[in-house]
Amino acid sequence: MKLRRIIGTTLFYLLVAFIVVYTVFPFYWAIVSSLKEGSALYQIEFFPKDPKWGNYAAIFREQPFGRNILNSVIVAVTVVSISLVLSVTASYALARIEFRGRTPLLLLVLSVSMFPQVAVLSGMFELVSWLGIYDTLWSLTLSYMILTLPFTTWVLTTFMRELPKELEEAALVDGAKPLTIITRVFMPLLWPALATTGLLAFISAWNEFLFAITFTLSNERRTVPVAIALISGASRFELPWGRVMAASVIVTVPLVLLVLIFQRRIVSGLTAGAVKG
Amino acid sequence: MAVAPSSLPQPEVIGRPAVALAPSLLTRQRRRAALYFILPMMTVLTAVAGWPLARTIYFSFTNANLDNLGSQEWVGFANFVSLAQDPEWWRAVLNTVKFAAVSVSLETVLGLVIALTLNANLKGRGIVRTAVLIPWAVPTVVSAQMWNWMYNDLYGVVNAVFLKLGFIDHPYAWTASPGLALAAVIAVDVWKTTPFMTLLILAALQLLPQEIYEAAKLDGIPSPKVFYKVTLPLIRPALMVAIIFRSLDALRIFDLPYVLTGNSRQTASMAVYARQQLIDFQDVGYGSAASTFLFAVIAVFTIIYITAGRVRFDTGR
Repeated sequence: MKLRRIIGTTLFYLLVAFIVVYTVFPFYWAIVSSLKEGSALYQIEFFPKDPKWGNYAAIFREQPFGRNILNSVIVAVTVVSISLVLSVTASYALARIEFRGRTPLLLLVLSVSMFPQVAVLSGMFELVSWLGIYDTLWSLTLSYMILTLPFTTWVLTTFMRELPKELEEAALVDGAKPLTIITRVFMPLLWPALATTGLLAFISAWNEFLFAITFTLSNERRTVPVAIALISGASRFELPWGRVMAASVIVTVPLVLLVLIFQRRIVSGLTAGAVKG
Repeated sequence: MAVAPSSLPQPEVIGRPAVALAPSLLTRQRRRAALYFILPMMTVLTAVAGWPLARTIYFSFTNANLDNLGSQEWVGFANFVSLAQDPEWWRAVLNTVKFAAVSVSLETVLGLVIALTLNANLKGRGIVRTAVLIPWAVPTVVSAQMWNWMYNDLYGVVNAVFLKLGFIDHPYAWTASPGLALAAVIAVDVWKTTPFMTLLILAALQLLPQEIYEAAKLDGIPSPKVFYKVTLPLIRPALMVAIIFRSLDALRIFDLPYVLTGNSRQTASMAVYARQQLIDFQDVGYGSAASTFLFAVIAVFTIIYITAGRVRFDTGR
């Protein structure tokens, strides 16, 4: 009996170890590969004996990777800020005020967040060229709203619904206007929710690829995902894998850190976005 | 939260029940505020989603060309007819369906296993949960490139490890061989998205009342039976919603096959095919027809999601 339990526990921890290796190894391998140069890259070596930083220097020297990072940051921050401002007021109305057509509106917002991006691609292309913003960051700021705005509205509505009714009633009795209720009563309570929602929206804007590769053309306008995808684009046979991995590590480390710091928050945001209703 | 009057079923509140009172001044004021609050959001949404979608659907009935947007002519259903006759399009549809079915099934099973593991009492749970989150944090394009390098036919670590373990007797070109490419794409998606599944399932597991398990333990019920008779039925609603949510995501997949294998016919999804027609071949009419078709598929799934998920919209619980 005791032996069986020991075997069971061992198998269980082997499973756990396997899960950890499976999830972590690819990222670890990217780090290891990014530290190898020349022919060292082509040897399978699980611990780099002689780590070199040349690949990291090269991606900033040989291409505008710094500029690409800046582009991604500018676009993501702009889009997330606009989305949050627009959706805080909207979600207050959707969560706390009863009016005709509220349910269809919420359904509409939810449906838009499930849109396949490619379904708006040609219409968006026309809009972008008509506005004369093709190959500028504005084209991405405009098109990314379709990713972030329905998401932030939906998630903030779920959070807003959870807040106690009494707070609002007290403010109403004092004669507070709806906008005052949002800014003075709800906002202070909503900071954690806003941070979570903003972070998740930031990640989706940061990772976006389809619009970015379609609406920008020049190296200097590219965002990080496009830049990384196209490092290998030059020739199919001589891929600078060390550099690709270095670039990958640079853009992923901040995200991994953010995710680790905000672990619990992110889980609650994700479940609010998907499961809860 | 206490039961509030607002937890009444909403349609009755709106649809003037027998005891309806005229809306008070306050209610009217609040409804007006609601309009002002929602208007900016809806305006932006109409501009970036509604309008482009309407234009895409319109383009799908024309012979529009990317070079010359604006001079298109109405061609009726011609694009949809050629789409239906295009074997490459059906290949893309099949790829997408295979991709969605296989990857979502694998993710569900793996997600369940990992979530159950995390839910069990194990030492170092925090570390494991953190490790599981890493693939989720890696951008899709980056994970595609990371795996592309691991799949490399000459220097890839996958070939090296599999050769050493004796799984294969010669190195494979994982992303280039016809039989393997789609499987290779699926493997990356499973790696990348299982964490999401795990988190959703774990959230559902943690809401389960512990008393049931204690009772089952006291009665000496074997744990597989507890899993099938208690756990699975209880988390099924959450599981269904997660599966449909993931399926929607998988059906519109673009970046993973595109970065891993380019426009290769072996792996091209509906979205990859549509974009290639639209942008690379500049055939906006035909590409829009493909996009519109994909949109219709997703719309059907969205309706299923909303009904199956029993998404509730009233202020109460």
